[in-house]
Amino acid sequence: MQDQQLWLIPALPLVGFLINGLLGRRFPKALVNVVALGSVLFSFAWVLKTFNALGGLETAHVERYFSWIQSGSLDIGFDLSVDRLTAVMLLVVTGIGSLIHIYATGYMSHEGGYYRFFAYLNLFMFFMLTLVLGNNFLVMFVGWEGVGLCSYLLIGFYTLKKSAGDAAKKAFIVNRIGDFGFALAMFLMVVNFGSLDFQKVFAAVKPMPVEQTAGLLTAIALLLFVGATGKSAQVPLYVWLPDAMEGPTPVSALIHAATMVTAGVYMTARSAVIFQHSPMAMDVVAIVGVITAVMAATIGITQFDIKKVFAYSTVSQLGYMFIACGVGAFSAGIYHVVTHAFFKALLFLGAGSVIHALGGEQDLRHMGGLWKKIPITFGVLACAWVAISGVPPFAGFYSKDEILLAAHHHAPWMYWVGVVTAGMTAFYVSRAIFMCFFGDYRGHHHPHESPVSMWGPLAVLALLSLAGGMYFKVPHYLEPMFPAAEGHHDETLVMISVAAGLLGIGIAALLYVVRPGLPDTIAAAFGPVYKLVYNKYFVDEIYDAAIVNPLVGTSRSFLWRVMDAGIIDGIVNGTGFAAKTIGGGLRLLQSGNIRSYAAWVTAGCVLVLLAIGVVAGGVR
Amino acid sequence: MSLLNLVLLLPLLGFLACLFLPKKNLGLIRMFTLLVSLAIFVVSLGLTAPFLDKGNGTWFVTDVPWIQSPEIRYHVGLDGLSVWLVLLTTLLTPISVLVSWNYIAKRPKEFYAFLLLLEFGLMGVFVAWDLFLFYVFWEICLVPMYFLIGVWGHERRIYAAVKFFLYTMAGSVLMLAAIIFLYVKGNTFDYINLLELLQSGRLALTSQEQLLLFLAFFVAFAIKVPLFPLHTWLPDAHVEAPTAGSIMLAAVMLKMGTYGIVRFCLPMFPNAARECAPWIVALALIGIVYGALVALVQPNMKKLVAYSSVSHLGFVVLGAFSFNQNGLDGAVYQMLSHGISTGALFMLVGFLYERTHSLEIKDYGGVSTPAPWLSTVFLITTLASVGLPLLCNFVGEFLVLQGSAAVNIYWTAFAALGVILSAGYMLWLYQRTFMGEATDELKHHMPDIGARELAASIPLIILMVWMGTYTKTFLPSISAANARILEQSKTRVEMRVQATAGESVHVR
Repeated sequence: MQDQQLWLIPALPLVGFLINGLLGRRFPKALVNVVALGSVLFSFAWVLKTFNALGGLETAHVERYFSWIQSGSLDIGFDLSVDRLTAVMLLVVTGIGSLIHIYATGYMSHEGGYYRFFAYLNLFMFFMLTLVLGNNFLVMFVGWEGVGLCSYLLIGFYTLKKSAGDAAKKAFIVNRIGDFGFALAMFLMVVNFGSLDFQKVFAAVKPMPVEQTAGLLTAIALLLFVGATGKSAQVPLYVWLPDAMEGPTPVSALIHAATMVTAGVYMTARSAVIFQHSPMAMDVVAIVGVITAVMAATIGITQFDIKKVFAYSTVSQLGYMFIACGVGAFSAGIYHVVTHAFFKALLFLGAGSVIHALGGEQDLRHMGGLWKKIPITFGVLACAWVAISGVPPFAGFYSKDEILLAAHHHAPWMYWVGVVTAGMTAFYVSRAIFMCFFGDYRGHHHPHESPVSMWGPLAVLALLSLAGGMYFKVPHYLEPMFPAAEGHHDETLVMISVAAGLLGIGIAALLYVVRPGLPDTIAAAFGPVYKLVYNKYFVDEIYDAAIVNPLVGTSRSFLWRVMDAGIIDGIVNGTGFAAKTIGGGLRLLQSGNIRSYAAWVTAGCVLVLLAIGVVAGGVR
Repeated sequence: MSLLNLVLLLPLLGFLACLFLPKKNLGLIRMFTLLVSLAIFVVSLGLTAPFLDKGNGTWFVTDVPWIQSPEIRYHVGLDGLSVWLVLLTTLLTPISVLVSWNYIAKRPKEFYAFLLLLEFGLMGVFVAWDLFLFYVFWEICLVPMYFLIGVWGHERRIYAAVKFFLYTMAGSVLMLAAIIFLYVKGNTFDYINLLELLQSGRLALTSQEQLLLFLAFFVAFAIKVPLFPLHTWLPDAHVEAPTAGSIMLAAVMLKMGTYGIVRFCLPMFPNAARECAPWIVALALIGIVYGALVALVQPNMKKLVAYSSVSHLGFVVLGAFSFNQNGLDGAVYQMLSHGISTGALFMLVGFLYERTHSLEIKDYGGVSTPAPWLSTVFLITTLASVGLPLLCNFVGEFLVLQGSAAVNIYWTAFAALGVILSAGYMLWLYQRTFMGEATDELKHHMPDIGARELAASIPLIILMVWMGTYTKTFLPSISAANARILEQSKTRVEMRVQATAGESVHVR
């Protein structure tokens, strides 16, 4: 197949980053926009052009550029490839990415560091596209770490705020813990398969037997999954994502909802061959997904910061995607990646529009009655709302339906937990919508509708949220890679999950529209439980008390002060002191005569030599 | 005269010439040193030509008698292991001159002269193929560094300088004894000859002799690395040293130890090296995590970076004692990367110190507001240091960990903890120094990076990216040299097997 210059897809945003990063400070905003937007739009166009040229993509199209690390028999190249899975991800990343770039030109127009923001955003696009285009695990890892870096930079974008700096650092370090797993998995692959190329690794894995007890492939799969829990915010490493909302809202939408956080799902689906060889690893993936989905949904119900609600919602929805992977329905997981990208990006950008309208207000308790004042924002958010709640025939319904059916086929209890979570999801999103748009306005700022650069992209996303699920049949497209699970379509199961969603909306309407006093009464009734959930199960506090503080404390008071300065250096200085004392006695030998010194040096050397000779059994 | 001799001679001439400059004329002295060191760098670029072209072999060899009896030869040469270390030295010397530009006011003539002498000694260490010559260069390096710390350092400079000197001397005395012992047995100081004698079995060492000789060399090198628990001279030396001293110490001088291990310990005493490997690896692993944990809680920037060096160089030792291509390549690559990234870190810390006269982290905060470019350069360096892919340290760390994984995946897992922790201490340092709100006083004293500082930073930044992406420039020649060292450190394992087989035949 002809060379498609795939490298241009990530390289264009990289050029945008370099131009804006190095020169952007002197540029007028319009020029920054041209560079940032232009590079991403060109990249999007190049993606479309590539697909047009490559056609059906039944097999992967690989392009090799140059060898990156070559040592011994290990040869890792900067190789990129496109297959159908990559294609789906590319469209999501460049498509949603372009929309969010447009939106950000409006949203960030009053912020300082405008060029810096777009430089980082372009850099993110570079790494994210590298991540999905990489043809071996190490190039994927480049993107993987790189998006982590951009996430760090953008969470900490408001550098003056200490909380932003803390959140950024936390995100990077927690992701590093995940990357530790990813890296170890790679080392095991090289040791056992001699390569990190997707084709070679998977070809080596395919003929291996499915592991009934834990073995090599289970270890690799679980280590990869450790990486995924970091990047995709799963239990126990999800703690960084809610804090990441310190970043500007377009960042939350692009990186912490639509694209980067789904990298773990992409990686798991990419490594499907390895996971499929280890039922144990698959179970772990599914169960972690279930726990995350439920736990995050419960927390989401109690939060008052509109972005935090959606952040926990993201964690919960990512849990859904891992349930899909864990039960073997990888294509359903990717389907949910796509639809989730539509409606969650929309939820965040819509929330951003609300925050923008209210001059920075994020607390739901200070909103209310806004549907009259910012009707366009309300309109688009309503689309996202029905999509995430699983109301047919909107986007979320299709992918969630696929996941739940696959879960039921695998283990019915997972289905039921999933249904309850779906109900909770509908409930907390409805709660946020009702608190924000219905009732009486409880704030002080005078709300104003957002400019067209902001609501334009929102309108496109709204359309995608409504019709995207119906129109883009992702599982069908991915069938050559992930054959559809047998398991028939059960209408009853579908009805139940839809009913759960509607019930969630209904209860929310009852509590927040019909009887607004009721939630407080309920919260009071469930006092301790409510407190526990409202405080996010105190997981951050537990981590601090159990890991961070002991580590820092021990390092400071024991390792440094006692071990290093006390014991090790004490011995050294003690030796020095002893030598000085002895030297005081030996001072008598110091005649000041150079020849006598020379004699002593010679004698010393002879002595050492003799010592070696004696110990080593004599000089022969 | 071969190019290598020229490169070696120039700093010595520069050093001598510097002594004759008028001592009051600071401008002349520093400009002279800058031009000399830049010229040396430019000439030294020529040394890379055969390695970029062919990738392997030993080049620029000069082998002439120096002292007749005992026979000590001026035997120098370059292979893929030495060439990049020489370049690292010639690159960092002009950078050290640039960072000292305004910083050094006291006795500038001696300062810059010592800097050139240090360059001479360091390069000599990396190119000497005669053990005695090697030892001479090794000791030459001590003198200028001792004075750089002791004369131009901070408050506790005398303590730090003496500690540095005694620590290193303690090790090098052992090495000298071992070198003389080898001479007595092999009647030569020549590295190549000795290696051949050892390999052919004409110079037979009992396993106990080999062990002791190995340890004598190894302890000298381990102190220099420094390997846990022989590291405590390093934080003191760094904190007290002037910026240029810290840069040369961290970036180049520590590599004397790791270079020695790879050059001498592994091929000359392979059996002993393999026997000791589990213990040494254990110390390296402890050093990686221990150094990182102690770095995490340092209130002083320079100490923090110093402890991070203990951690990073643990990787080098780990890679070297993995006895495979990946590990060894990674170790050597990590030496160079660490030289670039940590050299840059000390340089940047020096820039901050020049502005506020404080090394305490608590005295900073919000520096990115008044000095955005300085903070950008610092951030890139930080990212290189924490091993972000596409920057230099990643390649070395990846290969080291890959090499150790081939031996024992648990070593790798433990060492990789250091990679997590490095993100912790470096980003925390960055946050506390550069993020947040700056006090008015700090803003007042914090001009952004200047032209001279930028000139010193940009080459390092370029190298961080270059070494992280286009490793083809460096890695093939390193790999070729390492392949030979691995081969040398293997043959005698077979020899021993043959010998035991022969003995058993004899017994029968």
